[in-house]
Amino acid sequence: MDTMSPLERTLRGLALTLVVVFFMFPIFWIFLMSFQTNETILAIPPSIVFSPTLSNYAALITGKLQTAAGTLDIAFMSNLGNSIFLSVASVAVSLVLGVPAAYAFARHKFRGSEDIAFTLLSFRFAPPLLVLLPLTQYFQWLGLSNTYLGLIWVYQLICLPLILWIVRGYFEDISADVEYAYRIAGHSWFATFRKIALPLAGPGIAAAGLLAFIFAWNNFVFALVLASADKQPVTVGALAFVTSSGIQYGQIAAAIVLSVTPTLALALYAQRYLVEGLSLGAVKG
Amino acid sequence: MTDTALLIKDVDKFYGPVDYGVHAVKKLNMDVRKGEIIALLGSSGCGKTSTLRMIAGFEAVSRGTISLAGRPVQTLPPVRRNVAMAFEGYSLYPPLTVRENIAFALKASKLSQAVVDEKVAGIAKLLEIEDVLGRYPSSISGGQQQRASLGRALIRDANLHLLDEPMGQLEPQLRALLRGRIKHFIKERGLTAILVTHDQTEANALADRIAVMEGGVLQQFDTPQKIKERPANLFTGTFVGEPPMNVFEASVTGSESKMAFGLKDGVRLEYAASDFSHAVRDELIKRQKVVLGIRPYSVRRSADGVTGRVAVNQWLGDQTHIAADFAGGTLVLVEHDRTELDDGQPIGIHLDPSSLHVFDGDSGRAISHGQELA
Repeated sequence: MDTMSPLERTLRGLALTLVVVFFMFPIFWIFLMSFQTNETILAIPPSIVFSPTLSNYAALITGKLQTAAGTLDIAFMSNLGNSIFLSVASVAVSLVLGVPAAYAFARHKFRGSEDIAFTLLSFRFAPPLLVLLPLTQYFQWLGLSNTYLGLIWVYQLICLPLILWIVRGYFEDISADVEYAYRIAGHSWFATFRKIALPLAGPGIAAAGLLAFIFAWNNFVFALVLASADKQPVTVGALAFVTSSGIQYGQIAAAIVLSVTPTLALALYAQRYLVEGLSLGAVKG
Repeated sequence: MTDTALLIKDVDKFYGPVDYGVHAVKKLNMDVRKGEIIALLGSSGCGKTSTLRMIAGFEAVSRGTISLAGRPVQTLPPVRRNVAMAFEGYSLYPPLTVRENIAFALKASKLSQAVVDEKVAGIAKLLEIEDVLGRYPSSISGGQQQRASLGRALIRDANLHLLDEPMGQLEPQLRALLRGRIKHFIKERGLTAILVTHDQTEANALADRIAVMEGGVLQQFDTPQKIKERPANLFTGTFVGEPPMNVFEASVTGSESKMAFGLKDGVRLEYAASDFSHAVRDELIKRQKVVLGIRPYSVRRSADGVTGRVAVNQWLGDQTHIAADFAGGTLVLVEHDRTELDDGQPIGIHLDPSSLHVFDGDSGRAISHGQELA
């Protein structure tokens, strides 16, 4: 690295800047939009000089949307609450079910184990819309449509395979002999799982959980079809900003900023676990 | 039978379905007395590690019984067998220091902290790892990890200590030193140990008895001396011993006064009938084909011997290894002096009848060792 010529260094910096601008600009622009009214957003040419307003955020938080056609009720805050509840609950259920399953698949080769694991993965192959039509019918028969329980159940299609396959890889990376050493020192199988396997795979489990959370948070189509207004997450709720009197860009931008915040905060918090998880492979033995 | 520490009876191990999967261990029978050190010796894939893991309880026994101190354990989980094990891959707990790793093995025994500290210090001194006790496994060398893992096994007061290739990663000097110390440690405490190794020096130095395994079958289970002097079959004969035993296929002819072996390339070894006992002679003459074996240390050069030609002559610093073209094969002989011989030079070779091992040409089973029947 220290043998890099000044030209190389400049080019490298330039390339990095380009990449950062490419990825960060939309986020930056949305952030600016969230403090503007529709008029300044739609002004041509666009300008980054404007008098900022908090009206978008105020509208979201109070739930009263002022449009040219009058006042509209929007349920953004309850949508946000739904998103948080649905994502957290789904990931929690997936972790409770998926981590022991991943351990079993990693450690025990039983008849059909590969087939079962693959079947679980295959849930991710099917286009959601293909699954949705029969699901809608079943859910109506079972009385699960438009319930949190039903949604969390369907969200397992997203979270469970992800957690199962990522965590399984982490368990497989732990030498089985470390667990044997613990067991032969006088501990039960379950104690070994709790005291050795879980802590060693911890960073991997955190990473998988975070990823599953992001996927669940960003899900749109399951909730669109299976939930009505009071159970909807933000992804579906954002549709309310497309009103008869036009699209409320300012509120959409503010809604995006608000809805990105929890995942961003979680990702920043979990980052150190992710790094730890990646460096776990460097531990010998 | 209270002095039997381990009894393995008719044990089979299949990976995959019983009778159809890979047959890793075949009808194994073995008994280990209390206080004995046993070495399972064999090349990789011979079933020695599978056997060790079945004793520990990490592999299910497909058929047969394993008893520890008179108690059948083959269906018990490892936690209830009271055995200690050192793993080939070290398997230290990454989040714990070396000291904690070793002390950890004593947790279940509920000893006071002072006793634990003393024991850890003692074992660390024995294994020369006192200076790394405070460090984490990831920051010490492979050899140090291996010794820590060994310490974790030896510190326990178990019915049986299983040591899987316990010294494979150590430098030769340290290995020689620790072999002696570990043997002393085990003997002093009256522990029973089973050691898996592919290193015959280690097996010879440490073990009271060696179990030679090949292809999942126990070939011979005997003292190191017996295995060297009276190998039960051709495999044990050629596997144990360095450099390996010389072997030649031969046909036998015998009369009242003479015994003769016909080797390849028309080489004939003739002996007086009195060089062999009656019983040995009878057994040999019954067979069409035999295999002659002789250890390189027992081959002598003599002017009136059978002619061979020097192919390689190596001085190893303390002994000479001479490889000679002989009877369609290669014969290795070892001499303790530095021998000046040119490549291609003819030498007379004498195979003393008292050093000859004769094996059956078909089954490979030993027929005789020198004067005695196998």
